[in-house]
Amino acid sequence: MAKITKEEVIEVAHLARLAITDEEAVHFAEQLEAITNAMELLNELDTENVEPTTHVLPMVNVMREDQAKAGLPRETVLKNVKEHIAGQVKVPTILE
Amino acid sequence: MKFYDKTAAELQELIHSKDATITDITKETFKRINALDPKVDAFLAMNEERALASATELDNTPMEQRGPLFGLPIGVKDNIMTEGLVTTASSRILEGFDPIYNATVVEKLRAAGMVIVGKLNMDEFAMGSSNENSYYKKTRNPWNLDYVPGGSSGGSTAAVAAGEVPFTLGSDTGGSIRQPAAFCGVVGMKPTYGRVSRFGLIAFASSLDQIGTVTRNVKDNALLLQAIAGHDEKDSTSADVEVPDFAAALTGDITGLRIGVPKEYFAEGVSESAKQAVYNALDVLKEKGASWEEISLPHSKYALATYYLLASSEASSNLSRFDGIRYGYRTSKAGSLLEFYMNTRAEGFGDEVKRRIMLGTYALSSGYYDAYYKKAQKVRTLIKKDFDDAFENYDVIISPTTPTPAFKIGEIIDDPLTMYANDILTIPVNLAGVPAISVPCGFDGDMPLGLQIIGNYFDEETVYRTADVFEKATDFHKKTPQLWEGAAQ
Repeated sequence: MAKITKEEVIEVAHLARLAITDEEAVHFAEQLEAITNAMELLNELDTENVEPTTHVLPMVNVMREDQAKAGLPRETVLKNVKEHIAGQVKVPTILE
Repeated sequence: MKFYDKTAAELQELIHSKDATITDITKETFKRINALDPKVDAFLAMNEERALASATELDNTPMEQRGPLFGLPIGVKDNIMTEGLVTTASSRILEGFDPIYNATVVEKLRAAGMVIVGKLNMDEFAMGSSNENSYYKKTRNPWNLDYVPGGSSGGSTAAVAAGEVPFTLGSDTGGSIRQPAAFCGVVGMKPTYGRVSRFGLIAFASSLDQIGTVTRNVKDNALLLQAIAGHDEKDSTSADVEVPDFAAALTGDITGLRIGVPKEYFAEGVSESAKQAVYNALDVLKEKGASWEEISLPHSKYALATYYLLASSEASSNLSRFDGIRYGYRTSKAGSLLEFYMNTRAEGFGDEVKRRIMLGTYALSSGYYDAYYKKAQKVRTLIKKDFDDAFENYDVIISPTTPTPAFKIGEIIDDPLTMYANDILTIPVNLAGVPAISVPCGFDGDMPLGLQIIGNYFDEETVYRTADVFEKATDFHKKTPQLWEGAAQ
């Protein structure tokens, strides 16, 4: 049975870009451990010679015409941006 | 005039005989929603002004240019993009999000002349089986307001069950249409993966998600799927296969139909009431000329684990786009860009979404990828093969839709594994990608039970035909919840 520690949860949360408190990490560690342990049921199956399924329909190389198209108007694109200045998206400083 | 108990054909009759206009029906629909939704809480954003304007316009269309759904009201699950109508997937991270385009299915509804009345509550990002994971409200089961409507399309099924609207769209990744359809006593269809375009559906697990249809009867369901099905170049996973006439498939004749009944779907954890209702349904179908045999889908017990690994992995990737930069919720507590991302997502997502993002991130991280994600993809192959083998000898597979009827609000919300077990009979269908419907097949006390009819790839016709024969031979779909007649009309 896999043990999931608080530290592992903090590491995973960081990879997933989720801020997390120590208290939450302890709570999630318990739940994720229970869930991953339940998932280990799959280990009783021998899948050595089984191909993985990524997609259920037999589709390959779905192509479209390579045509240039106009993009959306800037006003439309900015419609849902919370903060913008002079047509540009405002974000926290990334370079000092 | 009372419209809410009518079928599509009955409503068209009223319109064509000039006993009602599209405007009348639209107005009455909003009246009924306003009367009932304070109790049911199915709707989020309402589209009243535009719906009435569009109704007026539609009333001017010559009768001969109108199809079977023309002018009829529909609600749309809140993870489907509606231009100019707030779409949130019931998440705080999309609070106030105003889409700049329509999903392909919404374009198709408009082309069919349908009137969109509003958006329907759901579990956040379609993750959940009870509608309790919505950031905005908890939808209630019209049959008993202390019970959950199921999820994640619980708003879509509760609105139809309450007679607020005769048609809704939902989405189904692991049972999210069929499970709430069973809990609310309505008809819910998950079509074959690829049958309906996913363009404009907010992605949860792209290899499993499929948009589907919720109605009060099978015929209306077939008409609605007809309107939204078909290949779409904007969704490269939509299938370029012909769309048959689904309503024409309702011949009423199932003579010689071969039904497989998987013994694994009647195992421990499935209530006696659910089992008995299905055995009764099999008797009905047998009387109508079908035959059934017990079969085995041997990898069924691995489906739940396989699903949660794959769906969560895909979700962790799909939901990485929500960073607060170009749209959606933004934190006010951030110094650096990294803090901005981390706080925005921590404040914007609910606990179940976080759990699945973390589970998926864990399953995809180096060192665990082969043991979890790839292993699950391989087991998915075995589960799919179970269905392929069964459909060599049987036309449909029949089971209960859910192990139990609806449960009480708050009862299992803190126990993710028990909550996940609700979908144990619907999940294998998504992993295989085949179509399945849930139709009302009985009651446990006051609460409805669902019959799941699973078909072969792109054979929605046989599923609908079987469901229609069952519906016509029984009265379950005619029963309505107590609040049905009580509302002002």
